[in-house]
Amino acid sequence: MSFANALRCRECGREYPLSPNHVCEFCFGPLEVVYDYEAMAKKVSRKSIAQGPLSVWRYADFLPCEGEPVDLQAGFTPLIPAKNLGGLLGLKHLYLKNDCVNPTWSFKDRVVTVAATKAREFGFTTLACASTGNLANAVSAHAARAGLEAFVFVPSDLEAGKLLGSKIYGANLVAVDGSYDDVNRLCAELGDRYKWAFVNINIRPYYSEGSKTLGYEVAEQLGWRAPDHCVVPLASGSLYGKIWKGLQELTKLGLIDAVKTRMSGCQAAGCSPIVTAWENHTFNFRPVRPKTIAKSLAIGNPADGYYTLKIMAESNGAGAAVTDDEVVEGIRLLAETEGIFAETAGGVTVSGLRHLVQAGHVDPDEVVVAFITGAGFKTQEAVENALPAAIHVQPTIASFEQALAARQGESAPVTGAASS
Amino acid sequence: MARLRVKFTFPPDLVREPIIWEIGRRFDLVTNIRRADITAEVAWATLEIDGEEEEIERGIKWVTEKGVRVDPVEDSIIEG
Repeated sequence: MSFANALRCRECGREYPLSPNHVCEFCFGPLEVVYDYEAMAKKVSRKSIAQGPLSVWRYADFLPCEGEPVDLQAGFTPLIPAKNLGGLLGLKHLYLKNDCVNPTWSFKDRVVTVAATKAREFGFTTLACASTGNLANAVSAHAARAGLEAFVFVPSDLEAGKLLGSKIYGANLVAVDGSYDDVNRLCAELGDRYKWAFVNINIRPYYSEGSKTLGYEVAEQLGWRAPDHCVVPLASGSLYGKIWKGLQELTKLGLIDAVKTRMSGCQAAGCSPIVTAWENHTFNFRPVRPKTIAKSLAIGNPADGYYTLKIMAESNGAGAAVTDDEVVEGIRLLAETEGIFAETAGGVTVSGLRHLVQAGHVDPDEVVVAFITGAGFKTQEAVENALPAAIHVQPTIASFEQALAARQGESAPVTGAASS
Repeated sequence: MARLRVKFTFPPDLVREPIIWEIGRRFDLVTNIRRADITAEVAWATLEIDGEEEEIERGIKWVTEKGVRVDPVEDSIIEG
């Protein structure tokens, strides 16, 4: 049973019934799901959660769904102590939330499992989205699982892995010739015209609630406590805000102590409207035209930018922007130190964390969680030219040893560590 | 008749120009501002525009050429 009881405008506070609606009719502010926390508190406990499945659905009572989940077992991903990377950065308690291992290899499975469940509950037969890849993959897979038709809209210059990762599930992949802004506008207009469940338009209030599970999981995996510091990649800002909301809800329900978590966010310098506003000490960000290899974060006019900046100020967090070269370095550093191959967003987070440490925004003794939101095999183009070629040999020991000698002294790993 | 819900973001050099008034004068359109924030550092307004579809398109083309950024009221709905 869901404890969701209404949609509420985040700007003017007007309430609406639970329906496929996302914008306040009065002020055009975004709508958010509200819950009966009093009733929820009577039902949920650490024990009841522990008895649930090893997926986001162990937190079903915190989510706005009534029906049978459209479930590919998204979530409950590993929280890994990162001693190598932590040691390199001077952090004693660094953890990585590895969301690369979700069913379609990104955190978007969390939001889409909720959105698809809600869409089916509302009686929709088509699932749709506007995406830069990961969301399209998750929508395509969950639509297949649910027996729904899928239409996914992406910019036509996306990485090949992300295009293939939607087509394989039988989705209608619509590659739009145009800028991100063009895709954005087209999908907003289509959302008005077609009776489809656009997960990030008319289903958005429910969809975004799926990201709260990252906050729940991290707290549970740390032994029911909030981290001291979260470092999150920023696109629309929704993920960041929902991790914060998830932690706050656990406190409200008496499942963890008061949250003192500092919330920091990272963007690519080629698309950093939120970080730039944070640097300028303002809550008003200026929209930008994205120009970065971190395409999954290339949101020039972030829907939750203002709310992100508010949380950043309230939680005493910070922002960091990294160059595209640093994105690649971050991907390699994470892979070489911790064995996790992340997509470009992960490179932004790791290099952003390094910036935050160097600027003194992260205390070495803090329990820090860095969120790695998608797997690297989707964005191989970003790193393929940065890596050394394979050692090519004939099938003889002499050839191998000759090649090995030639390789010595060549491109060292980004960590600078000697190979053994 | 058609209806469009949009967000206009104005660059600093256009803040002193009565763009929204002018779009209603130049084109057969009715504008209704729902929410706005106009400061020295940023200026935006969300509004509803009523009119014939072609007239709305002409109006949007005109404000875009003036240098106003036009987005859906939802801002960026495209997602990673």
